[in-house]
Amino acid sequence: MHMSDALVSPAVGGVMWAATSGLTALAARRLERADDDRRVPLMGVLGAFVFAAQMVNFAIPGTGSSGHLGGGLLLAILLGPGAAFLAMASVLAVQALFFADGGLLALGCNVFNLGFFTCFVAYPLLYRPLAGARPGPGRLVLASTVAAAAGLLLGALGVVLETSLSGISTLSPGTFAALMLPVHLVIGLVEGLVTAAVVLAVRRARPEVLAPASAPARNLRPLVLGLAAAAALLGTAGAWFASTRPDGLEWSVARASGGQPAAAPESRLHALLARVQRATALLPDYGFPGRAAAPAPAWPAPSAGASLSGLVGGLVVLSCSTAAGLGLRALRRRRASR
Amino acid sequence: MGRIEATLAHLGSLDELARRDSSATRLDPRVKLVATLAFVAVVASFGRLELARLAPLALYPLALAALGDVPWRPLLLRLALAAPFALGVAAFEPFLDRAPAVTLGTLAISGGLVAFATILAKFALTLGAGLLLVATTGFDEVCVALRRLALPRAVVAQLMLTYRYLFVLAEEAARLVRARALRAPEGRRLSLSGAGTLLGQLLLRALARAERIHVAMRCRGFDGRLPVRRAWRLGPGDAAFAAATLLLLLAARAADLPALVGGAITGALR
Amino acid sequence: MSHHLVAVQDLRFVYPDGTAALEAVSFAIHHGEAVGLVGANGAGKSTLLLHLAGVLLPTAGTVRVGDWPVTRETLPHVRRSLGLVFQDPDDQLFMPTVEDDVAFGPTNLDLPPAEVEARVVAALDRVGALHLRRRPPHRLSGGEKRAVAIAAVLAMSPDILVMDEPSSNLDPAARRALISHLRTFEHTKIVASHDLDLVLDVCARTIVLAGGRVAADGPTAEVLADDALLARCHLERPLRLQGCPRCGAR
Repeated sequence: MHMSDALVSPAVGGVMWAATSGLTALAARRLERADDDRRVPLMGVLGAFVFAAQMVNFAIPGTGSSGHLGGGLLLAILLGPGAAFLAMASVLAVQALFFADGGLLALGCNVFNLGFFTCFVAYPLLYRPLAGARPGPGRLVLASTVAAAAGLLLGALGVVLETSLSGISTLSPGTFAALMLPVHLVIGLVEGLVTAAVVLAVRRARPEVLAPASAPARNLRPLVLGLAAAAALLGTAGAWFASTRPDGLEWSVARASGGQPAAAPESRLHALLARVQRATALLPDYGFPGRAAAPAPAWPAPSAGASLSGLVGGLVVLSCSTAAGLGLRALRRRRASR
Repeated sequence: MGRIEATLAHLGSLDELARRDSSATRLDPRVKLVATLAFVAVVASFGRLELARLAPLALYPLALAALGDVPWRPLLLRLALAAPFALGVAAFEPFLDRAPAVTLGTLAISGGLVAFATILAKFALTLGAGLLLVATTGFDEVCVALRRLALPRAVVAQLMLTYRYLFVLAEEAARLVRARALRAPEGRRLSLSGAGTLLGQLLLRALARAERIHVAMRCRGFDGRLPVRRAWRLGPGDAAFAAATLLLLLAARAADLPALVGGAITGALR
Repeated sequence: MSHHLVAVQDLRFVYPDGTAALEAVSFAIHHGEAVGLVGANGAGKSTLLLHLAGVLLPTAGTVRVGDWPVTRETLPHVRRSLGLVFQDPDDQLFMPTVEDDVAFGPTNLDLPPAEVEARVVAALDRVGALHLRRRPPHRLSGGEKRAVAIAAVLAMSPDILVMDEPSSNLDPAARRALISHLRTFEHTKIVASHDLDLVLDVCARTIVLAGGRVAADGPTAEVLADDALLARCHLERPLRLQGCPRCGAR
């Protein structure tokens, strides 16, 4: 579910970075003010735990594939929402930098999708009310699976929205969502089950470890602020996007259909995807390539000559860059061997 | 090699690269960090069909890799292994966009293929830049650079401790997994409940370790902060690197260099 | 007048769950002494060390370190005089690089940067680890980690050095290096260890704990040769004091 920089536009990436930074600063300030220095090593070690836990694969029953713990809900249960959000952010940052698991521009999106929805939405609004003060195993499993599934579904929706608003991929939001959501529902349920199993194991050995019941009213403020900020920023970005690119997604639709009428070849894949999209009809406003009568594209159609020279130029420049890189390396080696 | 061991080895090798002495590792970490972020933003700013215009930007990672004497093969391997999620989404492009975007004589290349290639190129460029950043800058230096660039203290402390202890915990996880595997029937993968027990064990150990670390911190006067000091001073090399990167990014963004070059060549050929 | 540097009087400690860990423990350690603390697992060695550092506070009895009775208020002062080296160096090396770890203590003492740097260099040099200063801790061997952990404590210039199982997980060469370094330290030393040969090499005096009580307190050579005592306390002689493997002669 990690988004790559390749599919994110600077506008969307920037907006999500701003939202995530705001939440991070808010969470960090509250923690620093709380003046409990036990949390520093605890949060650090738990971040490392989630990282290590994600490397432990287990078999998902029913499917043939394997999965691993995401960790957001578990962290929230152990640390509370703010600290858990920071811990998730640190895990995602290490993954992005060292494992190219998610881009740097998209890091804001990824932290938001995987951290905000689990720690600030699913945990306080679903897990806490469902679990109550001292849940028995059954209640724990219920609360955990519902919260984890919801968190992951919301995160998946976030990915769909951010990808669509970026306008790099032609995949329509409806189709994308239809592909993402069922998978992430299953992943979310599994995450909930494993989280519950871990919480039960820990509770048996060390019951005092689980997050103390702090006043829910205080926990809602970062949530409300986060949602409001994100909504405002996304709304602004959406409006900006719409104003600079009046066709927006229609533009990509038009691009996709090349400005030609619906006589564009409809492959079987097209038809299948169209049927899926019609069946789910999640975002019925968004058209599907080839279905809507495409308006004249706002962008000039590429001429054969211009694009050929573009390609040639690109290859030449790339070769020069590579040669420069190789030359630089060889020069350094020769200098080093002297 | 088990998955955990492979992960640790990869982290270790990137770490090792960053500890060597080269022009790239001697550059100020703040400059490298800002340059990387700017580079990524510029790459992301190109449209889905602007494949050719990405070409000049390849100079940045190539030059940085050369300056840091970073071996290409492990980096390319890591890129290839990186989350195929983005590529999965990109793979739809050739099917969704069949209108010709480029024609070479009688050969027509669809917009979808170009878009797919563009996404791949962006993927390689942005992720390559990120990997090169950590291959030429120790993670501790990245953290200090972030702090100097006004990231909150609690966030930097979190990053440093997570990085420090993931090695310790990953090794413990590997031991637990190995111990369990030695007792499990041939080839049986870890079940859901087995995972819960194993991860529960790992978590209990982590919690105990966190308490011991806290005690050790208090015994040496811990007051809530993890102070790191580095004597960094910006030098002419940093200025040159920053200027060159800025020039490259502005030029690539402002002018369609490949079109100019290509136009000149195809014009001369006529 | 001899100055008691560490004085423990009738120390009693009971864990929150009711387990009695220490009972009527009393001893006094003087400036410059090297004292070994031995006992079976669960005898209370680590618990006692934690009391010396003020990590645990007594249920009854008193602990004095230097001029200070160990209480919650005096902890900062106590920790300036007494440095505790933990059993697992990974718990103690939590900063990104070796020099950051060794600088942690002096920085928290609010020393000026130049002084901090001087202490870091001196401490690392003392344990022979100066060449490791820029390494991250996860790239150190067991012996190197141990040395750096000791340096991190030395950098605070304590009067008393307390160590919990310093030779555990060390290979023979690293262990020998540790022993030679310890013998050169002029600090007052308290070393809790299962490694009885190390205690024999480093400590002139030994306290034996059994079941939370002091079973013996005297010169190492005598205490560690008292077979009856050792047997009662689930211990045995250091290998060096055991019979010749070939002819059995003592």
